[in-house]
Order: sequence, then structure tokens, then C-alpha cells
Amino acid sequence: MYLVRDHPQRLFQILVWAALDIVLWGFITKYLNDVGNAGFSFAPTLLGAVVLWSFLGRAQQGVSTPALEDVWSRNLLNFFASPLTVAEYAAGLVCASITTSIVGFACVCALAFLFFGFTVFWMGAQLFAFLMILFIFGVALGLLGVSIVFRFGPSAEWFVWPIPAVIEPFVGVFYPVSVLPGWMQVLAHALPPSYAFEGLRSVVFGTGAATEDALIGIALSLVYLAAAYVFFVYIHKRAVRSGAIARFSAENSF
Amino acid sequence: MNAVLEVKNLRKEYGETVAVDGVSFTVGKNEIVGLLGPNGAGKTTTINMVLGVLEPSGGSIAIEGIDVRTRRSEAMQRTNFAAVYAQLPGNLRVRESLTVFGHIYRVDDLKMRIAEVLKEFELEKFADTKVGLLSSGEQARVSLAKAMLNKPRLLLLDEPTASLDPSTARAIREKIRAFAKSGEGGVLWTSHNMLEVEMVCDRVLFLSHGKILLEGNPKTLAAEHGKKNLEELFITVAREPLSLELEK
Repeated sequence: MYLVRDHPQRLFQILVWAALDIVLWGFITKYLNDVGNAGFSFAPTLLGAVVLWSFLGRAQQGVSTPALEDVWSRNLLNFFASPLTVAEYAAGLVCASITTSIVGFACVCALAFLFFGFTVFWMGAQLFAFLMILFIFGVALGLLGVSIVFRFGPSAEWFVWPIPAVIEPFVGVFYPVSVLPGWMQVLAHALPPSYAFEGLRSVVFGTGAATEDALIGIALSLVYLAAAYVFFVYIHKRAVRSGAIARFSAENSF
Repeated sequence: MNAVLEVKNLRKEYGETVAVDGVSFTVGKNEIVGLLGPNGAGKTTTINMVLGVLEPSGGSIAIEGIDVRTRRSEAMQRTNFAAVYAQLPGNLRVRESLTVFGHIYRVDDLKMRIAEVLKEFELEKFADTKVGLLSSGEQARVSLAKAMLNKPRLLLLDEPTASLDPSTARAIREKIRAFAKSGEGGVLWTSHNMLEVEMVCDRVLFLSHGKILLEGNPKTLAAEHGKKNLEELFITVAREPLSLELEK
């Protein structure tokens, strides 16, 4: 919070990319509605998908960025040589993510409403379920990214940022999973966000079982979160065995 | 003796290499113990194991009777440290940094305690300055202020005066000595400045190749081994440790 208060430009990374996506997809949606003659509005599926996808990105970065701040400021030894436990450190990252995700989501929703008169809140309780899937999975991806940096050193930061983009084609953000080739569908069914976006389309078109999708998605997200946390703890333990925490600097790693 | 730190048969191996080889020592209440030795002797490895950021291959460490391996968080609650290689985040202001660590160490009446350490280390005028903008000497004082924040029972100092000018270094030495003598704490101190060690430490341990080679009063140890002063003894430990081992 101190860092965001002193450096408001840190808010830009929370907002700017999502705002650009909203503007870009807002106009694409408008154009498709004008020329598509689809008999339905593209707004809920495309713009709704952008709002939800940006939420996952905020959740992931909400975990990764504070940990990277500790790496950049070489503060890890001070933290890990204190009474702080690994669980408390991870919980702190999740709390930071909750804050940035809520702020980012509120801003994206406000932009979508102001520029295109679009809101995601018409989905009601199901929206909450989809957000849960994306938040939990985003946190899991964040912990995975932090573990990669702790394992391979600060230069592995490069791997953190594109993680959501690598997953995006597989989880049916803008198209149904059924259009994917067989092997991609197998992966899609193993990835929780697929259930949020399939659920979103089920709600929009009144087809399928959105509630069932939501429940599977939440359960699967929790499995990923547990696995990511176990991996994070393993990387920390490995670092305590090797002494890498004390040596972690410019090019060292856990 | 009321030991705040008790290290028994401590060992650390990295594959075939033995960095710390069966080291045992204690630090008592109101005592300042100097951990000395040439680079690579195992001083920082020992300190890292005491801090719980490096897992020993064998042996045990207890801080006020609390085992670091099984109750690390509880043991660290009574410990703090300052080291030249562990600067505080440069992008936080001094007061913010102390607030963050005060919460982590669960310091009671934190605002008051921060005001006390700011005054003690003459940092009041820098309270709202970012740590990264301070000189290396001022940053060292901030690190020491953080190390004193929780009134630790065990204070670990890895070359705490390395970047300080002689006048500030003397003031810091006096403060740490006052801390050790007046309170309930003990200090484990590493330094390459033998004059400083002689002035500050009640007892010194010379490490060489991961083993304690010599132990004793820094004011008399050199003479006991036929050396002119502690610096000459240090050089012997670094260059001819075998000759001292034979003496034993």
C-alpha cells in the first residue's frame, strides 16, 4: 500500500491494459453487432469475456507483483529471516491480490459501462461463481510464477507476465471450447477458466448447465491452488536446504 | 550461564564440501561474542543457520531454549539481525520500513517504539526519507534500528560497522554494547576489524575451515598464543591454521 500511495503510476499496470482491452473489444463488439446480423448482441459474450479475463490477469499479477517487488528491492532475506512463516507470506500475497483485483475489476466495469453501456452484473450470483473460479486460478498462477522466479532467479521474471496469454487460447475466452481441436479440448477441460467462459455463454444463450460448470470450475481451481501452494512451499524448503535465500540477488536463485 | 543462544555440533555440508563442521558454542545474556575468521571460514553460514534461512545438515540451535528447526517462527520472534548484505527496501521511507518490520515482529506499541529507535540511531530527520536515498552509513543505521525494533534477546550482527565512518562506527559500537549490558539480550557479532572486536567483544571464537579453532578473551587470546595482537592472530588463523591446531 505504501508503494502504491507513493507511486500512483503502479496503478497504471493494474488498469491500463484492461482499459485498452475494453476499448478495443468494445468497438469490435459494436462493429460485429452492426454488420453481423446475428440476431443477438455480441456484447455479453465478447465484452463480458474481456471483463472476466482481465480479472484473472489482475488476480495473477496481484500475487506476482508484490513478490517481485521483494526481489527487486532485495528484501527476501529480511522477510524470511523474520518470524514470518511461508504460509503468512503467501497469505500476504493473496491479500494484496484481493485488493488489486477488486480495484481493477471495479475500474474495468466502470469503463465498460461508461463507454459502451455494458454491465456484467445482470448475471447475478453466477457472476460471483465465475469470478471465484478466475480469482482462485489467478492466485494459483501467481504462486506458480513466484515459485518460478524464486527457483530460477530474477531473470525468470520474464516467464511470469505471459502465463495468462499462454493459457488464453485453450480456455475458450472468446469462442466455445467445442471449436477447438480434440487435443486442445482435453487441455481446456483440465483448465478451470474454461468452465467460467463456457458458463458465461450458457447464461447468455440460456443453454447448458452454468451452475454445474461453475461448481466444476471452482473445485478444479481449488485443486490448482493447493498444487501451486505445495509447489511454492517445496521451492522455499529447497531454498532453505541450499541456502539460496541468503544468497538471492541479481542473478542467483532459490 | 543463562544462554540466549546454544549451538551444538552444528554441521553444514554441500555435497562433498563441509562448510561448517561440528561447531558448538553459546552466547550468554549480556554477552557479546565475536565470530571471527577469514572469508569462507563459515561465519555467515553459521549465522544463516541460526536465522533459520539455511537448514543444518546436523546438530541443533536453540534460542532461549527454543529449537530453531522445529519452532523457527517463535525463535525468530526473539531474534533480529543486521547485515551488510541485507539492506532494507530502498523504495520505502524509513518510518514505513520500520512499520512493516514492526508488524512482522509483532512489536507492541509500535509507534512509540519506532520513535525510540529513530531517536536512538539519530534517524529522526530521515524518518520520511526513502531508505534508498540515504548514504550507506545512514542505511546501516536504519538496518540497526530495524534490528533493535523488537528488543531482541539474540542480536546477530554481520559486519555491522563495515560501511560506517570511524565516528559513527564508535557511536554504534557504544549503543550495541549498551544494549548488551543493560537488557536481557546477547549479541553474536562478526567483524574483520580486530581493533573493534577487542573493544566490543567479551569472548571471541575463531573459525577456520568450518571449525572453531580458538576461543577466549579477545584482550588476552593473542598473547596466549604468542602473538602481538588479535590482528596477527587472525592472520595466523587465515594462513597457518594448522600451527594453531597443533598447539591444541
